[in-house]
Amino acid sequence: MFRFLSGFGSYWILLGRVFARPEKHSIYYRQTMKELVNLGLRSIGIVTIISFFMGAVITLQTAYNTENPIYPTYLIGLGARDSILLEFSSTIVALILAGKVGSNIASEIGTMRVTEQIDALELMGVNSASYIILPKVVATVVFNPFLTLISMITGITGGWVVGTAAGVITSQNYIYGIQYAFIPYYITYALIKTVVFAFIISTVSAYQGYNVEGGSLEVGRASTKAVVYSSVTLLLFNVILTQLLLS
Amino acid sequence: MIRAENISKSFAGRRVLTDISAIFEPGKTNLIIGKSGSGKTVFLKCLVGLLDVDEGEIYYDDVAFTRLDFRGKKELRQQMGMLFQGSALFDSMSVEENVRFPLDMFTNMSYQEKLDRVNFCLDRVNIVDSNRLYPSELSGGMKKRVAIARAIVLKPRFLFCDEPNSGLDPKTSIVIDELIREITVELNMTTIINTHDMNSVMENGEKIIFIEEGEKCWEGNKNEILKSDCSKLNDFVFANSLARQLKDSSK
Repeated sequence: MFRFLSGFGSYWILLGRVFARPEKHSIYYRQTMKELVNLGLRSIGIVTIISFFMGAVITLQTAYNTENPIYPTYLIGLGARDSILLEFSSTIVALILAGKVGSNIASEIGTMRVTEQIDALELMGVNSASYIILPKVVATVVFNPFLTLISMITGITGGWVVGTAAGVITSQNYIYGIQYAFIPYYITYALIKTVVFAFIISTVSAYQGYNVEGGSLEVGRASTKAVVYSSVTLLLFNVILTQLLLS
Repeated sequence: MIRAENISKSFAGRRVLTDISAIFEPGKTNLIIGKSGSGKTVFLKCLVGLLDVDEGEIYYDDVAFTRLDFRGKKELRQQMGMLFQGSALFDSMSVEENVRFPLDMFTNMSYQEKLDRVNFCLDRVNIVDSNRLYPSELSGGMKKRVAIARAIVLKPRFLFCDEPNSGLDPKTSIVIDELIREITVELNMTTIINTHDMNSVMENGEKIIFIEEGEKCWEGNKNEILKSDCSKLNDFVFANSLARQLKDSSK
């Protein structure tokens, strides 16, 4: 319990340093652009592939579980759409990104710590926490909503392509289904969750990396901890946000 | 000048430094020597403020560094340069970007002015035509020299070197030692070097402090070190049988 409270306290102290006034805005802007490419653009591929196939599987499972003449087939499209918008594109994609982006952030910062690069920054008089972590937080918070939108589009497209190819639904019914009783707020809800999840992934992972002590073995452990802790925190906030935003 | 007064430091109840006092003079290479694990690096990190001291004071000229707030320390640190044991070059930056980084961060110089200063510093440490290379493409000696160039790019008044010769062959070690000594005189810096390399001690030791198990055991210079009666120092300096035979035969 003491370790948890101590860790929780030092996490907030670190955040205080991260959000201190940047030394030179132009350098932070340049760093943020680099991180947008590294953490954002380079995640488009994995998000697209996973979303396409998950959309396809969600559509097929919905179809095989609603094989009943009472249910109109367009409900397959509706079910796939709501599953993708409400949960898959925000939460599941965030969990995938916790693995990819979170481990990347923790191992990069952890390596900087054990090779004394962070000490070198501090010795120059640079706020190392802000210089290293802030661009990563800004990049993920800004870019992850776009990844969520890409995931929504490719997920629904995947459902349509595979659903029609497998013959479980006609193209016309699927398109009618994804338009039926559409609630635009679901997209807002998913994007709000994405922003919060992006903040959790980047800050929790950065905290794990920044506080590494030791060598390469500890960097690996920090990377694993980053994925585990950010995933669990993310799932907890998923429940809280769902209750707050949908009740 | 840097003055350390009664510095003590513990980690989790284990005392690593006990009541160390020392004065480091400008324009000289001051050496802190001792066995691995004796507390040299902790002392150096206390001097630069990377670790907070438990007891004691550190003065930079007449400024009490240990009493400064975050902003005050930050300003003073811009007058410090440090060469880390593993060089600590930024992996994601080229040689030029590494050396330019302090200029980007703390000056309003134009790009051309910065480039000129970077090239001057790289020339000074004998690194040529390597501006576009990344740290992973450099040898150990080149990394150290680039790290020295980065440390001196802002013309610091205080230079700290943690084991500058670790991982280098004896010839490259001498080149690095000479370079540090020349730069110290040129810029009239207060230079403090942590080392356990006896070649370095005999080349650079204008002032030497010997630390054993966290305590200062001896203080002097390279001429006095060979004549000392301090048994702990003699055990360290004449650690191998050849050195002991030479000492015995000189008696």
